[in-house]
Amino acid sequence: MSEPVLKVDRLSLSLPSVADRAFALKDASFEINAGETLCVVGESGSGKSMTAHAVMGLLPPAVKVAGGSIKLAARELLKLSDREMRQVRGRDIGMIFQEPMTSLNPLMRIGDQIREMFEAHGALDPSARQKRALELIEEVGLPDPARIVRVYPHQLSGGQRQRVMIAMALALEPKLLIADEPTTALDVTTQAQILKLVDRLRSDHGTAVLFITHDFGVVAEIADRIVVLQNGEICEAGKTAEVLRAPTHPYTRKLIAAVPSITPPDARALADAPAALTVEGLAKTYKSGGFFAKGRQVKAVDDVSFAIRPGETLGLVGESGSGKSTVGRCCLRLIEPDDGTIRLETVEIQAMTQRALRPHRSRIQMIFQDPYASLNPRRSVGRIIAEGPVAQGVDRKAAMRRARELLDLVGLTPAAADRYPHEFSGGQRQRIGIARALALDPKVLIADEAVSALDVSVQAQILDLIRDIQKRLGVAILFVTHDLRVAAQICDRIAVMQSGRIVELAPTAELFANPTHDYTRKLLAAVPGRDAFAHAN
Amino acid sequence: MDLLRFVAMRLGKGVIVLFAIAVLNFFLVRAAPGDPAQVMAGEAGAGDEVFLEQLRQQFGLDRPLYEQLWTYLSNYATLDLGFSYRQQQPVLDLILDRLPATLLLTGAAFFISLALGVVLGALAARRVGKWSDSAITTLALVFYATPLFWIALMSQIVFSLKLGWLPNVGFETIGAGYTGFERALDIGRHLVMPALTLGLFFTAIYARMMRASMLEVAGADFVKTAYAKGLSPSVITRRHIARNAILPVVTLAGLQAGQLVGGAILTETVFAWPGIGRLMFEALAQRDYSVLLGVFFVSSAMVVVFNLVTDIIYRIVDPRIEASA
Repeated sequence: MSEPVLKVDRLSLSLPSVADRAFALKDASFEINAGETLCVVGESGSGKSMTAHAVMGLLPPAVKVAGGSIKLAARELLKLSDREMRQVRGRDIGMIFQEPMTSLNPLMRIGDQIREMFEAHGALDPSARQKRALELIEEVGLPDPARIVRVYPHQLSGGQRQRVMIAMALALEPKLLIADEPTTALDVTTQAQILKLVDRLRSDHGTAVLFITHDFGVVAEIADRIVVLQNGEICEAGKTAEVLRAPTHPYTRKLIAAVPSITPPDARALADAPAALTVEGLAKTYKSGGFFAKGRQVKAVDDVSFAIRPGETLGLVGESGSGKSTVGRCCLRLIEPDDGTIRLETVEIQAMTQRALRPHRSRIQMIFQDPYASLNPRRSVGRIIAEGPVAQGVDRKAAMRRARELLDLVGLTPAAADRYPHEFSGGQRQRIGIARALALDPKVLIADEAVSALDVSVQAQILDLIRDIQKRLGVAILFVTHDLRVAAQICDRIAVMQSGRIVELAPTAELFANPTHDYTRKLLAAVPGRDAFAHAN
Repeated sequence: MDLLRFVAMRLGKGVIVLFAIAVLNFFLVRAAPGDPAQVMAGEAGAGDEVFLEQLRQQFGLDRPLYEQLWTYLSNYATLDLGFSYRQQQPVLDLILDRLPATLLLTGAAFFISLALGVVLGALAARRVGKWSDSAITTLALVFYATPLFWIALMSQIVFSLKLGWLPNVGFETIGAGYTGFERALDIGRHLVMPALTLGLFFTAIYARMMRASMLEVAGADFVKTAYAKGLSPSVITRRHIARNAILPVVTLAGLQAGQLVGGAILTETVFAWPGIGRLMFEALAQRDYSVLLGVFFVSSAMVVVFNLVTDIIYRIVDPRIEASA
């Protein structure tokens, strides 16, 4: 066996003294051979991103290397000067990042940004650079390279931008490619394409790939070997198939068990009651321009109809831009629909003035995606929860008492009412968000990507909580998500949206077993690691 | 192509704005006590009925209001901004006489503040936390907080009276009879103090803004990408950070550019600079309405023009604007 491309040996990274642990990474050792993909897996805060940045020599100033070595093709990287390390970056190690939307300079043409790679390392002469840039764009599967080199990043989609990032990272044929959660921000079908692309380039060029991810589905798709990180320490390492089949460490077992299965559980029996929320012929069109300029129209929601019974969860799945979030917001009239009927039990709310709607607002509530941004940081948790009832005329003292009960209901201590949102973790905040939504005794909950920002283990807990609350309170839930695994586990029926329309609506088990629409089939096929995680939870 | 349509569209809107301002002007004079004839007579220093009647006929003030408005607007359309009785000159001539001096002063101040502010701000951001950063931010704060007229008076005392480096007041040396290059140099020497004084305030704002903006952009994802490419820190600062950081400064500069004509009253007064600001101030003191309204109209026109220029520049420096126009 030849020398590994990357050999990390007993690497430790120290955190500043104010952090909640002393080491971002402790005594971590692993190696990657040419043409091999190693996945570093872990939850947020596990130190997986720090590992990638340490190899690249781009640690934040507060994080210091406390010991160990990083060898790239037998060359010790930790001993290099700044200037020498700059030559390694880009030439010997390429890197792609999580956020394709913001990872490219918005003011530079794509071609210039790719050419900059050659320029930084004095590679090729100017005309050869242009030619090579076109070849690279072609190689990562972007259409019409001659046009792509001239456009700016904002003219490309997220998936296209990530392809540009990959083209750039591979421009100088580096020995090692570091991919830091490169598909997390992408739609499932785009994700599948990008994973395929990375894998093809790896085998074509014999590049070693260090792939950072939190998603075991992705791991199953792409990794030859994996390293599992828990709180900065490697708790398990080995061949992907073996670790996924027979994880030895309890933490790995917990993580794998928490991955929602793509196989839906048996259907629940639901009482035949009149619908809690009925939507008929909903439509919303966005117009741009006006006043002299000719307008452009986008049909965000086009003739959408569905009904949800009490105690039922209807999933609304689709890719970004499919209009699923707009539907959710229209039901609450946070966005004003252009057409259609929205009925809460027996009350039609689509034509009410906002003032007339206010008393009915208690019946339909929302759980938001971002547990960090959706709670006012300057108000105590108790007041956040009590605010809705107080606005509806409930006595302040009674509302606060109810807030404490609700905190208990969502699995937090009632004493949390006196603390502020920043004192809680993401999962705890989402519990607070749920308590807030429940404070008004709603009949309908709209959950907009309510678990998408959470780690899998936390995600599983929140899903359990939502199921439990639904059983106890009998609320109808419209569950908006892009994640088919999550939808499989929590929804009774699923509506698939594409370009503003519902293309298929069926009971969950039926939809997964016999998808009738092409688009549904395409979505299902794109779910990463679908074979590895077909087990029923 | 797109740019042409955009400019045409904006020019169209500009004409509408100017039309509205002209109409507003027309009714402003008529909102004053008495009729415009009395105002004019007052200006001319005479008040008897015969003279008033004569004025009314001469200016068509005995005609119906809509006819007067029509005449007024047609006059404005041909750039006839009225006549100042006090100065015995057409208003347009008075303004055109003063406009170059004002544009020279405010234009110079504008470019000084922009160049100085951007450079100092970028420098402070590069050395954030070091003593040079503290020095620049403190100085910026001092200039931001100090009243303009005080800086003007102090600089006159120090650089003109004590040190004798620069002329104290005025636009050029009166009676020296300089021509050509010599005259330009003379005006330039007179320009230094007022332009710097006027520019300091905005230098301070731009410097602070540029610094904050640079620090914000330095944390952006594409800067991380630039490091990962192996670019040197100076290239990253210049090409990736500074270019993006300058965008909010351009927006602000556009707002300042709109004030180029009307915003220098104080400086012009202290330095006896013969510009629009002083013309306006004198007209105000003498109740010379036609001049005031003329200045009002011309400054509005300048605001419209400079806003358009800013928007065009913005579309050039930021390619994303095109998409959302």
